[in-house]
Amino acid sequence: MLHRSTVADLIRLLGSRKISSTEAVQACLDRIAAVESRVKAFISHDPADALRQAKAADEALARGETHHNKPLLGVPIAIKDVIAVQGQPLTCGSRILGGYVSPYDATVIERLRSAGAVVFGRLNMDEFAMGSSTENSAFHTTRNPWDLERIPGGSSGGSAAAVAADEVPATLGSDTGGSIRQPAALCGCVGLKPTYGMVSRYGLVAFASSLDQIGPFTKTVEDSTLLLQSIVGHDPKDSTSLRTPIPDYSQSLGRDLRGLRVGLVKEFMVGGLDPGVKAAVDAAVLQLQSLGAEIREISLPHSDYAVAVYYIVATAEASANLARFDGVRYCARAEGNDPIQMYENTRGRGFGPEVKRRIILGTYVLSSGYYDAYYLRAQKVRTLIREDFRKAFESVDAIVSPTTPTPAFKAGEKTADPLQMYLSDIFTISCNLAGIPGMSIPCGFTTSPKLPVGMQLLGKPLGEATLIRIAHAYEQSTRWNQDRAPIV
Amino acid sequence: MSASDFDIQYTARLARLALSQEEQQTLSGQLGNILDYIAKLKEAPVEGIEPTSHAVPLVNVTRPDEPGPSFSNEQALLNAPSKISGLFAVPKIVE
Repeated sequence: MLHRSTVADLIRLLGSRKISSTEAVQACLDRIAAVESRVKAFISHDPADALRQAKAADEALARGETHHNKPLLGVPIAIKDVIAVQGQPLTCGSRILGGYVSPYDATVIERLRSAGAVVFGRLNMDEFAMGSSTENSAFHTTRNPWDLERIPGGSSGGSAAAVAADEVPATLGSDTGGSIRQPAALCGCVGLKPTYGMVSRYGLVAFASSLDQIGPFTKTVEDSTLLLQSIVGHDPKDSTSLRTPIPDYSQSLGRDLRGLRVGLVKEFMVGGLDPGVKAAVDAAVLQLQSLGAEIREISLPHSDYAVAVYYIVATAEASANLARFDGVRYCARAEGNDPIQMYENTRGRGFGPEVKRRIILGTYVLSSGYYDAYYLRAQKVRTLIREDFRKAFESVDAIVSPTTPTPAFKAGEKTADPLQMYLSDIFTISCNLAGIPGMSIPCGFTTSPKLPVGMQLLGKPLGEATLIRIAHAYEQSTRWNQDRAPIV
Repeated sequence: MSASDFDIQYTARLARLALSQEEQQTLSGQLGNILDYIAKLKEAPVEGIEPTSHAVPLVNVTRPDEPGPSFSNEQALLNAPSKISGLFAVPKIVE
């Protein structure tokens, strides 16, 4: 049952030499062999490389290296296939990159390695992180371990499903409009999107540079804290990375909620919320209250515009960022008579439908004659959305809401209507526009079918410690994470 | 601001994206719906509001201009679709 261990369990077992890193990694590989044909969380993984790293970790442990110096020593962690790992393939869930192999490690990977982690596996995702179900992966659709007929969410669907199916204790994903929190909610994991600029984006293939952040998926809040602590901090290679003191997040564990003010958003109490989701989140709010939090109603008056702003800002940035996939320096090149034709053919053949849709939309909103009406106006409304949060956080320390309006939906259910798919992100999107931290934690299940429900916590800029404090107190008093996905 | 003047061929050309007839048709329809939805921003009270380009206001982040380690020629060309004598090869640009 080693595959069921949390990161904290493994650190304890490795530290007391009850297990080796090789055994921990082998347990993951065995579990992957048993369930992966049904879950399909990975695009690829390299067992030999993982076992080599585990052996090195075991040698370090034998030399007397400790988890005090290397907090994740010997712990296996899998990576969304949008973050560069030297010598490993990088597909971004797309065909366009062909056989691309990363020539360098992303900063988060360097940091995980210096913390001693065993970094392995390329996790499935919506192509270029564009989607909410992993159905936009060019390779296959990942399945939700709670119900294989259903999607795991997206875009980091592989990162969530691998943790939910106990294939790995923790993973990294990326979140541009909810791509960590939404799949974490639908798969029953803890997912954390840090404040914009807390985690370096160097080596993360850019989707929308002003919104993207890397963050962890874990089974527990304590594990989320351990991973966050290892990956945050200023990086000279990312000019948007913040120079700010890093708190000791473990200080936020094991505290009560007395004196904390938690806000409920008036505008989020709308129709269209699944009754099972509503019941679970309502009960969670009462639980926060019984732990000492004061619940207040707050208003985010411009939140109704968030989805529209997002699909202008994110697609505009994506259309510029994805211009680099032109078949010159990398990519599966399609020939043409001149360079322009080569670009057009390479991109026309290599990108999937959702990526094309967003490149076209982004190009259009930036094009001459439309820029002011769409892009500039959206940036102004983005200011209003940020101001909403700034004002709200004058009277509360955190905001609570459902992470998603519904539990996991069935594969194929929303693929025909892109707008409906976009609207499933209503609760997660404004967090990225404002650059604030957000977290999704399990808060129960719907009844028949039994599917996980996620509660979202939003905090002030740099408010990760407060989110962790609330999430940990709640988790310790409910233990929803004891219930594992029914896949054997 | 209306979806009716959306020109898929012109936009695809700007984006350097070859689209089939069928793709052009599907995308035009879907983007029409999305643009109609986005049009709700017309109601937003943006008079006198400054635009936000980034959640964290940062201006001119620079670093000292000092040489440091970088990719070798082989590393840089590792993923090149076509290369000649240590360079990326592309179709002819000038006659």
